[in-house]
Amino acid sequence: MTTTDHAPAYPMTRAQGCPFDPPPQLKELQDEAPLVKVEVFGRPAWLVTRYADQRRLLADQRLSSDVYRPGFPGTTKEPLSPDENAGIGFIVLDDPEHARLRRMVTAPFMIKRVAAMRPRIQQIVDGLIDDLLAGPKPVDLVEAFALPIPSLVICELLGVPYEDHEFFQRNSSILLRTSAPIEERIKARGNIGGYLNELMGDKLETPGDDLLSGLAERVKAGELSRRDAAGIGVLLLIAGHETTANMIALGTLALLEHPDQLAKLQQSDDPAVVAGAVEELLRYLNITHNGRRRVVLEDIDFDGETLRAGDGVIFPNDIANRDPAVFENPDELDLDRDARRHVAFGFGVHQCLGQPLARLELQVVYGTLYRRIPTLRRAAELTDIPFKHDGGVYGVYALPVTW
Amino acid sequence: MKIIVDQDKCVASGQCVTAADTVFDQRDEDGIVVLLTDNPSPELAADVHQAAAVCPALAIVVED
Repeated sequence: MTTTDHAPAYPMTRAQGCPFDPPPQLKELQDEAPLVKVEVFGRPAWLVTRYADQRRLLADQRLSSDVYRPGFPGTTKEPLSPDENAGIGFIVLDDPEHARLRRMVTAPFMIKRVAAMRPRIQQIVDGLIDDLLAGPKPVDLVEAFALPIPSLVICELLGVPYEDHEFFQRNSSILLRTSAPIEERIKARGNIGGYLNELMGDKLETPGDDLLSGLAERVKAGELSRRDAAGIGVLLLIAGHETTANMIALGTLALLEHPDQLAKLQQSDDPAVVAGAVEELLRYLNITHNGRRRVVLEDIDFDGETLRAGDGVIFPNDIANRDPAVFENPDELDLDRDARRHVAFGFGVHQCLGQPLARLELQVVYGTLYRRIPTLRRAAELTDIPFKHDGGVYGVYALPVTW
Repeated sequence: MKIIVDQDKCVASGQCVTAADTVFDQRDEDGIVVLLTDNPSPELAADVHQAAAVCPALAIVVED
């Protein structure tokens, strides 16, 4: 592939005043062509702009998720070197090794196991709302509500002591902040990796009834190294709290900006209405805003163009979820629409492992918060809300609210 | 309607169970898809097609 002078740089920036919409330039590229050339850190990559093509190619095993393979269009200029204490995690591995490792942790995320957690999650959410109502206002909803919920839940599921939450929240926040200096991000990753490796040592010695202890059993059985077990722990701990926390806070802000939609959640306690609202907010906000990224393993024909082995390919799922060929009036937030086909969790074999848990947490939050605090409102101008433009995952750094 | 699932392809996302829980289930040990019936009643057709459409691993084939 050759680079022209005109290939735009990816990722692109959102329009001022439109914090919930993908960058307008991305939408223009989608209108223009299904496959366009972009630049990532000065190197050429393909951008697949439309929903159907993204699904087709993300399910194609001729594309690799291996960030160390030459040509991979990374989110950092060079991939971070491997960490001594924690393996890299299966999201950047290909099958069959990816499948082997992923299947070691799929059981706790299956629908019936997650559904059994609903009463506990409801209890956590109710308790935090009690604290909000009894506490001072205005309050930062991120700190007081959005972060604690998924952190508590993933800690209990993994077997991570919740009293360590400030440590892992701080380090994962630095790791995911693309504007942070690379040395700081490597240090943050090392801190979490060292922590999980040490915790894995505890689980090997005194196992409990939790996911990390299950991995410790695999280590004892010789199916997995302690380092790789720690790496899976890092992946699940970060993915398990950051993403859902961002959906809680950004989702709340989006609803506050769309009072007609918020009213639908306040006026219904039908679980199907709440579940539908969750899907639509996942579609509309698509917080994984830096695209799914792959490198081509063998030449692939794409409408007469050839994606050559070694080419980088980016799948911006935010604009796939705004593809007018799939979603009518895609830029409207409409909680009544059937949004279940969205690709907010990605597509293909790497699709989010924790999605049943994320859905359940969001259903409990969206189905509870606005009914218990119906007068909830922003306590800052929209223009003063710090959005995570530089986040590996989109959201808000803080959301001052009152009622 | 006839349904075929491929357990080797399945990645245990659980999407099929969410779409049609009387037709699809998950294995206790690893969440891999289990077919409860390969020829469900016609009124479940929409749910079954939804399950196949959202399966990220393309592990479900429905023949009408």
